Amino acid sequence: MSTLVSRTLGLAATLAMSLAGADQAQATGDPLVVYTARKYQLVDELFQEYGRERGIEVKFVTDDGAPLIARLTAEGANSPADLLITVDAGDLWRATEAGLLQPVKSAMLESAIPAHLRDPGGHWFGLAVRARTIAYSAERVKPSELSTYVALGDAKWKGRLCLRSGKHAYNQSLVAMMIGDIGEEATERMVRSWLANLAAEPFSSDTLMLKAIAAGQCDVAIANSYYLGRLQNEDPSFPVQIFWADQGGRGTHVNISGGGVTKHAKNRAEAVRFLEWLASPGIQKRFAAVNFEFPANADVEPLPTVLAWGRFQPNLVNVGTIGKTQPAAVKLMDRAGWR
Amino acid sequence: MNTARTLGPALAATAVALPMAAIIAAVVYGAGGADAELWAHLREYVLAQVAWNTVVLVVGVVAIAMALGTSLAWLTAACEFPGRSFFSWALLLPMAMPAYVLAFVAVATLDYAGAVPMALRGWFGGSLPWPPVRSTGGVILVLALAGYPYVYLMARGAFLTHGARVLEAAQSLGLGPWQGLFRVAVPLARPWLAGGAALVAMETLADFGAVSVFNYDTFTTAIYKAWFALFSIGTALALALLLLALVAAALALERAARGRARYAAADAGYRAPQRLPLAGARGWIAFGYAAGVLAIGFALPAVALAHWAWKVAPVDLDARYVDYVLRTVSLAAMASLACLALALVLGYSTRHAATGIAAGAARVATLGYAVPGTVLAVGVVTVLGALDHGIAALTGREGLWLQGTVLALLLGYVARFLAVAHGPVQGGFARIRPSLEEAARGLGFGAGRVFARLHLPLLGAGAGTAVLLVFVDVMKEMPITLMTRPFGWDTLAVRVFEMTAEGEWERAALPSLAIMVAGLLPVALLTWRMERAARTA
Repeated sequence: MSTLVSRTLGLAATLAMSLAGADQAQATGDPLVVYTARKYQLVDELFQEYGRERGIEVKFVTDDGAPLIARLTAEGANSPADLLITVDAGDLWRATEAGLLQPVKSAMLESAIPAHLRDPGGHWFGLAVRARTIAYSAERVKPSELSTYVALGDAKWKGRLCLRSGKHAYNQSLVAMMIGDIGEEATERMVRSWLANLAAEPFSSDTLMLKAIAAGQCDVAIANSYYLGRLQNEDPSFPVQIFWADQGGRGTHVNISGGGVTKHAKNRAEAVRFLEWLASPGIQKRFAAVNFEFPANADVEPLPTVLAWGRFQPNLVNVGTIGKTQPAAVKLMDRAGWR
Repeated sequence: MNTARTLGPALAATAVALPMAAIIAAVVYGAGGADAELWAHLREYVLAQVAWNTVVLVVGVVAIAMALGTSLAWLTAACEFPGRSFFSWALLLPMAMPAYVLAFVAVATLDYAGAVPMALRGWFGGSLPWPPVRSTGGVILVLALAGYPYVYLMARGAFLTHGARVLEAAQSLGLGPWQGLFRVAVPLARPWLAGGAALVAMETLADFGAVSVFNYDTFTTAIYKAWFALFSIGTALALALLLLALVAAALALERAARGRARYAAADAGYRAPQRLPLAGARGWIAFGYAAGVLAIGFALPAVALAHWAWKVAPVDLDARYVDYVLRTVSLAAMASLACLALALVLGYSTRHAATGIAAGAARVATLGYAVPGTVLAVGVVTVLGALDHGIAALTGREGLWLQGTVLALLLGYVARFLAVAHGPVQGGFARIRPSLEEAARGLGFGAGRVFARLHLPLLGAGAGTAVLLVFVDVMKEMPITLMTRPFGWDTLAVRVFEMTAEGEWERAALPSLAIMVAGLLPVALLTWRMERAARTA
């Protein structure tokens, strides 16, 4: 009971301080402030660990990328944020365009993170890689039947393909990449052929879609591999497998979760140091592992569950250019009627 | 009436409307950045479809919510059937269930790969016919189940206050219970029913969570897409303004249709109603109907949530939850009291200001409920950001004075939920007969004493309803909380967001369940008060 009372009092004190707009830092050094679209359960532990190592407080708020960018824009020079972390390269590209990030020159980051996963100007760096590829029923599909994203539009997949909503950034970024690879016209044909093959209305989440494969509603789908990692982690016999698309061509589509130092960072040096810490091998392993992703640092191995899907060649186009093409991709998907 | 007496209320109402006006101004300003080429694209490929979808959704949801809410309120207020006193409060429970949670539970358990059809296919074979759950009908049903308690609450209040005399009148005219409902009670309760319908309609228009789970495209999802995917916040705000204009037009039409009718209470001397007994099979049909709605809208989803929460609790449930609950509840309490205070000002002002200024101000102040939360939050951060820049320039000190404070959060909540408090308070004022005020004034009481001694006691029920409605709504609120909260002010809804945004819906069951449990307390209070009012009045 007394803890409840002290918590209540603590809450009242916090409330009073917040109302007064007071700073709540307690640690010795200046706090590091992070706006992150990578969610609490995926970052909290590492953030706190860094804070303990450095003797500073790491403060963060979570939200989607777009609202965090709007918040940064409205705050301008007054912003307390030092670092922006997103789960989509498009958001980092957009924040850079809006002048919200500043260039960072770091030999460590440049050697640790492959060139296609970071901004050439140093405004942002990829920290974890997510691959969007083909998931298939281990019971009804042989991997030899699969090859490319485009081939999912073949007549043999009629009534067997599942897709996630076209409103989701992961699909938009895949289509944006395809526009860069094969041109707008061929991409629109591909999207229309996919839609003609759908077994069910587009899903609102990759997880529900993968479960629909397992349940027999569809045989193939396009999904981010880490969702399957989570499901296989819960149930090793989950009857869905990963096929790496376009291995004979330009490679499988990847996106990043990454970060950049904000234009008005109050604690710039610490923010750069934090990015370098996140890119270091030991931390990279854990940063990716918590979500069954691939480390951005190419020297670091992913989890065994992830390695079991086999190695793959990623598409090496810079993930930032995908952000630039994304509006064109969304319009294309609207025209084709991908809900 | 002298000028001071009418000018004061007009000014007060205007002051209440100012923040919302500033937010709208910020949205208009932002909409100036709309992209003409993008707008042409939306007009050609998107707008017609989402406009049609939105109309279908709102009409469907409001129709079903009205039918459920009004009929259930009539059954529990005016009829006697097995379990009536239990259902009279239990039927409010779905209010504690956020629509986005109900939506997810429906899809996760009832869609093709859900536990229910999987089990049925296991027993009966694969050819069992099963309706498509992720469909227009599905999303309409979910939002109607989440929204009917608003109608139920308002309708029940009206049926109870109109009291026994209305029923007696109906009976003396030889009308049965259903004829009594349609020919007497509903026409008399029209302003309250319209208020409930307006709340449900506005909630539906602003919904993003539930429609996303069903992948159903509405104006709100188009706003999100223009902003999140097409990177044009200006176009998104322009779409929001278009939506707002349509809502304002719809509300004006409703007012015009209602005309100049005045609805004061049927009688001040209220007596406990003589309920019409529904004997035998009719009573059990009523029981089955109420139990069915309660099971589908609350009990079964709660069981599914509890099942998932049980699985993740060993990992996810820890001492932090005490803080989440305390923060959630304290924010909801502060916001609901603020909304009540402002709703009282608005209600009093519109009643006493002779000019239309106060009424116009009230309309502006309560528009926020129809605006998607994220758009409203953009308005809030834009306004406060500008003020912060002004303060920084004046004081020469960079930093945030308003943004990222609890004050910012409260401003967002008030802008969004004032309409929820305004409805019941306005309804309460409408039930006070002007002759009472005239009598009090005639006895030489000033405006202050009339308010304290006459209005407040008579407003008790409406004010209580207002506080508790806002309380429950704030607990469920997501986008404004996310975008304007200070560091360390994560609430239960924030936790739900963090799980669902990563597709971890089952882990979101724990905070969702916590919202429901914490939300049950106010709902229980509300129903207890309703029952007591019905007994002692």
